[in-house]
Amino acid sequence: MSATITPSAAPLAPPDREAVLQVRPPSWRTPIILGVLGLLALVAFGFGAKSGTKSTFGLSRGSDAIRIDPVALPTRTTAIVLSVLALALAGQAAWYVSRRRPVPAWLSGVFAAVWLLAFLVWAIEGKSISFVGLLAGSLALAVPLIFGSLSGVLCERSGVINIAIEGELLAGAFLAAVVASLSGNLWLGLLAAPIAGLLVALLLALFALRYVVDQIIVGVVLNVLVIGVTGFLYGRILVQQQDTWNSPGTFQPIKIPLLGDIPLIGPVLFNQTVIVYLMYVVVAVVQVALFRTRWGLRVRAVGEHPAAADTVGIKVNRIRFQNVLLGGLVAGLGGAFFTIGNVGAFAREMTAGQGFIALAAMIFGRWTPLGALFAALLFGFANNLQSILGIVGTPIPSEFMLMAPYLATIFAVAGLVGRVRAPAADGQPYVKS
Amino acid sequence: MSAPTVDAPAPPPAPQEPAPPPGGGALRDTIVLTLLSVLLALVVGAVLIAIASPDVQNSAGYFFSRPQDMLGDAWTAIADAYKALVQGALFDWTADSARGALRPLSESLVFAVPLISAGLAVALAFKAGLFNIGAEGQIILGAIGAAYVGFSWSLPWGGHTLVALAAGLLGGAIWGGIPGLLKARTGAHEVITTIMLNYIARYLLAFLLTTSAFHRPGRSDPISPAVDSTAELPRLFGSSFRIHAGLVVVLLAAWGVWWLLERSTIGFRFRAVGANPSAARTAGISVARSTFGVMAIAGSLAGLAGAFQILGTEKSLTGGVSAGIGFDAITVALLGRGSPLGTVLAGLLFGALRAGGVTMQARTGTPIDIVLVVQSLIVLFIAAPPLVRSIFRIRAAGVETMQVSKGWNA
Repeated sequence: MSATITPSAAPLAPPDREAVLQVRPPSWRTPIILGVLGLLALVAFGFGAKSGTKSTFGLSRGSDAIRIDPVALPTRTTAIVLSVLALALAGQAAWYVSRRRPVPAWLSGVFAAVWLLAFLVWAIEGKSISFVGLLAGSLALAVPLIFGSLSGVLCERSGVINIAIEGELLAGAFLAAVVASLSGNLWLGLLAAPIAGLLVALLLALFALRYVVDQIIVGVVLNVLVIGVTGFLYGRILVQQQDTWNSPGTFQPIKIPLLGDIPLIGPVLFNQTVIVYLMYVVVAVVQVALFRTRWGLRVRAVGEHPAAADTVGIKVNRIRFQNVLLGGLVAGLGGAFFTIGNVGAFAREMTAGQGFIALAAMIFGRWTPLGALFAALLFGFANNLQSILGIVGTPIPSEFMLMAPYLATIFAVAGLVGRVRAPAADGQPYVKS
Repeated sequence: MSAPTVDAPAPPPAPQEPAPPPGGGALRDTIVLTLLSVLLALVVGAVLIAIASPDVQNSAGYFFSRPQDMLGDAWTAIADAYKALVQGALFDWTADSARGALRPLSESLVFAVPLISAGLAVALAFKAGLFNIGAEGQIILGAIGAAYVGFSWSLPWGGHTLVALAAGLLGGAIWGGIPGLLKARTGAHEVITTIMLNYIARYLLAFLLTTSAFHRPGRSDPISPAVDSTAELPRLFGSSFRIHAGLVVVLLAAWGVWWLLERSTIGFRFRAVGANPSAARTAGISVARSTFGVMAIAGSLAGLAGAFQILGTEKSLTGGVSAGIGFDAITVALLGRGSPLGTVLAGLLFGALRAGGVTMQARTGTPIDIVLVVQSLIVLFIAAPPLVRSIFRIRAAGVETMQVSKGWNA
């Protein structure tokens, strides 16, 4: 026993921070699954493609300042190169695990992108699609998901489960359409949307925090309530007087000078409506606020260990109340995208489960704003890919591509691809004893 | 997988079994609370109906010169809507014949049968501490199973129905078993996995309806062939009433769930795990096996609801077969406080609201969505007894809260 007490002659190397945090050695599951997927890509997409065919990507649109000619890639070679790259990434994951270090999140992300590209090249064999259109469409589909998942991040980081994202989005979409339509002013609609989300969030906070009702129950029931109220008013008023109540119009895209002229990403990222620009701002603000400010530290403390936070004088339930309301504002704003950002009219249950995909994106993004952003973009990409491939014709049924986000989320929570962990006190009410 | 939170507040006792104070005061309290919640929800619904009524909006324009007009219009709008609701749900005194007058009752039961079955699926899981949001997907899988056996196998009368019902049970059990297995093996939270499986089931159904095995030849819309007449659930009271033998089956199922929970060893294990998993584990109960078992049985009950939809009312499989029953089932189970009898009663109430809502929409133009509003408000009010008590100024008998889930990491 004395050996442990006497200082060792050879000083230990400073412990690797990650190795210390990782009590158990990381599982081999992730590299194995990535490897299998990589092999699948090599066999199915690489060698499965006929030699001599080309996959053509349009890289700019007619309206762009700088035009790039479409790129025609040899399908087979490109798919093989991308698959090999995917396998190399799987190899790197294996290297990490062999060094008893966890597989970093970016590696899985890059793997997913490379794998999807390989799939895309194979799926449009002998055909042509607009790459810019694909990306722009993906972003459009991802915008409400991003707002919704940010709402989830804000709530759940403080320890309140938010299943009511769907309801907040729907309420935002509804009120934005109605207010913009009645006032004839889209900006008032944009202002009204977060207020609608706030009202739903207020109910969530009231029942979950004040009356300590099970947070999942409140969320589920609030979704039903919002679907009911909006559907009722839609059927009773909006349909009857379409012109006064439900013809808000949509925001037009604003092109940012210079940035909007960058080839490929310019038209995708910087020729968008004001709601999308707001989304960039909100993502950045939430990410910085949660992880770089005193406020964020407090929020996370409340979400991880409310009793400890309470001991040092943080008002647990006040922070939670604030965060639920903030989440409602964000999700409500996202809801505006459905009506005044995109479609131009409200329709019954128009969010169609997007709130639940947003929930999935939040989980997939490991309860971080940036993670949720990329997860939502990935889900938007998968969704848009299936609709585009549905038009050009594809060997994979579109229903399976629509399932992909949900399957990916199940894999993520089941720990098949990395392990996600919620804030420790997420969903547990805090009652001061 | 979460660290044992020693200092976290102990979750309040399970809502379904409030400590019975002497004299059955809790039961009376529960009944009073439930009735008041229903009343409150109907009042809020009435306000919405009045606000949205075109007549009221019209007379509100000159409210200050003749307020009685607006109030009168509001009263008419509410009375007409709720009258139509009762006529559609219970008894239509304006009908020409006795059959017509009683048909609403049959319709209410038709709506109630799958609601009760799916509600039992949610309620059973509640008792075991699990939150089954996946009834929607389990219904779809049950419907797929029942429909496939119904239209593609040929079996004699009687046996065909039973085999088709069993296929529905199996389909639901698989879809419920997956989240149970995932929870037991990996700790993946059942709320997340069941939500995701709902959507997967929806797209699976959409895909199947495009395949030659399921798509009805000669139709361009996604619909399956109709099930054989040998597989249909027989109607209970002749062809003029749609109520079918599923009513008998679902009542048996409710009794079965009661027996399972209250009289069987397995049910005791389920409840023990639901009340306190750590204590159950210490007592030698396999929490993993119990979790899987509960979810598989719950899934099969929801699958049964899908089978009822196919074999009793719809006859053929379409993309909309689940019709939101899986989500209504959550409110049914919550209103029924997780008990089989309560679930049956709640299912009857919500079935009646559904049937009445259809008539209300047809006769007064009040959208059926008002039913969703009333339904969700009832559950919200019931979930927060202090709120209802403070509205009606009733003294509290004891604080009870609805706390089922224990957070994502539990």
